[in-house]
Amino acid sequence: MFSADRWLEVFDTIRRNKLRTALTAISVAWGIFVLVFLLGLGRGLDNGLRANFAKDATNGVWINANKTSVAHGGYDVGRRISFANSDYERAKKVEGVEFISGQHYISGNRRGSSMITKYGAKANTFELDAVYAESIRLQAHEMTKGRFLSASDIAQTRKSAVIGQTVAEFLFEKKDPIGEWITIGSTAFQVVGVFTDPGGAEEERRIYIPVSTAQLAFNGGDKLGQLQMTVGQAGPEEAQAIIDVIVGQLAERHNFDPADTQAVRVHNNIEQFDRFKKLFWMISTFVIVIGLGTLAAGVVGVSNIMMIAVKERTKEIGVRKALGATPWSIVFMITQEAVFLTGVAGLLGLSAGVGVLGLLGKLDNEFIVDPNIDLSMGVGAAAFLVFAGALAGYFPARAAAKVNPIHALRDQ
Amino acid sequence: MLRLSKVNKYYQVGTHSLHVLRDVDFEVTDGEFVAIMGASGSGKSTLLNILGILDDYDSGEYWLGETKISHLSESKAASYRNRFIGFVFQSFNLLPFKTALENVALPLYYQGITRRKRNQIAAQYLERVGLRDWADHLPSERSGGQKQRVAIARALIGKPRLILADEPTGALDSETSKQIMDLLSEIHRTGITVLVVTHDPEVAARTQRTIRLRDGKVVNPLEASASNPGMAAVVP
Repeated sequence: MFSADRWLEVFDTIRRNKLRTALTAISVAWGIFVLVFLLGLGRGLDNGLRANFAKDATNGVWINANKTSVAHGGYDVGRRISFANSDYERAKKVEGVEFISGQHYISGNRRGSSMITKYGAKANTFELDAVYAESIRLQAHEMTKGRFLSASDIAQTRKSAVIGQTVAEFLFEKKDPIGEWITIGSTAFQVVGVFTDPGGAEEERRIYIPVSTAQLAFNGGDKLGQLQMTVGQAGPEEAQAIIDVIVGQLAERHNFDPADTQAVRVHNNIEQFDRFKKLFWMISTFVIVIGLGTLAAGVVGVSNIMMIAVKERTKEIGVRKALGATPWSIVFMITQEAVFLTGVAGLLGLSAGVGVLGLLGKLDNEFIVDPNIDLSMGVGAAAFLVFAGALAGYFPARAAAKVNPIHALRDQ
Repeated sequence: MLRLSKVNKYYQVGTHSLHVLRDVDFEVTDGEFVAIMGASGSGKSTLLNILGILDDYDSGEYWLGETKISHLSESKAASYRNRFIGFVFQSFNLLPFKTALENVALPLYYQGITRRKRNQIAAQYLERVGLRDWADHLPSERSGGQKQRVAIARALIGKPRLILADEPTGALDSETSKQIMDLLSEIHRTGITVLVVTHDPEVAARTQRTIRLRDGKVVNPLEASASNPGMAAVVP
């Protein structure tokens, strides 16, 4: 069926119709180029979205203690709520909670958590986060040296500190910080780890210390200002159910109305991420539809041009049929030409698309990150092209096979 | 060789049915050289198409050798055309982008013969029509007579038992016409049946027998067959 002879016939036809071939090829190449470009762009937007969310866990939930806004259980409005270590212990047991941490705000509120930190002659103010060991799971931090806080750091109230890259560079310059002692406020802590963060320098201006040590060292009792957790693969509704259980526990324990939206403030990444995901899904779908539309136009173009080609070649096809060409041999001849044309042009468009995506990826843009198409998409596109080529060729080929040799040959 | 009995053919023109061939009856024996004559509109092209298995007929019978040609599939018809019949056309119908050699070799392509083999055979046939040296030329580079010779070589290459020539000299001057008729006579002498459709009495005069068509009917078949005693036995 794909004999060398038929290939020679195909090349022969293509050689004879350079302009027509070029125009056809351009329309297909353009279609595939647009499709690949838009698919890659969609992927880039998606990556960009994830990178933006990557500063924190996309399945993270943060519950902050705040002031009541509804009178409840004999208490007046405006009472300040504060969580305790026991709240953390209870929430940890709630089904669906994957990783959990709590944060102690050293001077009572979040903004006041910065403290002067010294090493040798160097001193600066850094944000100080007193947390549990699983806190790392809520961050996009990557440990570059040493380790994060461990459960035994918390249990044994060790004076361990994990510092951000910015902190390390400021205090230690090129020196290895691991095992060195730094002074936070008036307490000495030993550096056990250094981390970096895709969010950049601002995220790296932090120091983590064990929550228990902080409560002890800075007279914090057993107070927690915030509970932080991830909820695994839970969707928005399941996540809300988990939040409701935990807020219910807190409300019971601290005597506030569970419906009071001010007593605790919940920041739910799942819902936000889900909303963005839907938005980007819509954009991607839109983009794919446009891409496929452009490609379809290209394929219809090929079909049209092949149809014209068949018209032009009516006489030739008539002669071939008179000389003994079967209808199938005519169908194969035309279809093979279309498949070959679409295939080659499509691969050119594909390469151009991948190339342009590569250039686009080099631009430093936070909304588009690493736009590309993966191998399966490339293979899929190639298979689709062959299919589209066959389709584009089939209808003209069928018309060609139906050429009536009598009319074709009589036609002067 | 071939026999038609009571062949009828209608064409649908709008709501009217045009009766193009009316009970056409005739026989051509092996190795005959026959002319089919008729004015335009007499149905001779239609007859040629039926004989060449390019068109179907509505009633009657058409026997080509031992085979009844009737409602063949397109592939089957293509295969019969390829093996049994060689066509020669008024306008030559050479493929303009193929060399003389490639044009001659084309029927062998549809027999699945390798390129090298068919080019070898095609060269022999070009030699036979005296155009060996023109093998690599395109049709546009040659005169009408030469084109028709290439077309005849192409018609012969499949070793057909029947050559159907449709006004083979219609586009040629009288001197060239004579040469082409010489060539067809020569082919006839090798034992191949040759049927020529023409409106030119001079061309018809070069054949052994003439079948005349008028208004879709064969006229004076008895007189025609009388010119050839071998035809006396024709009874469908």
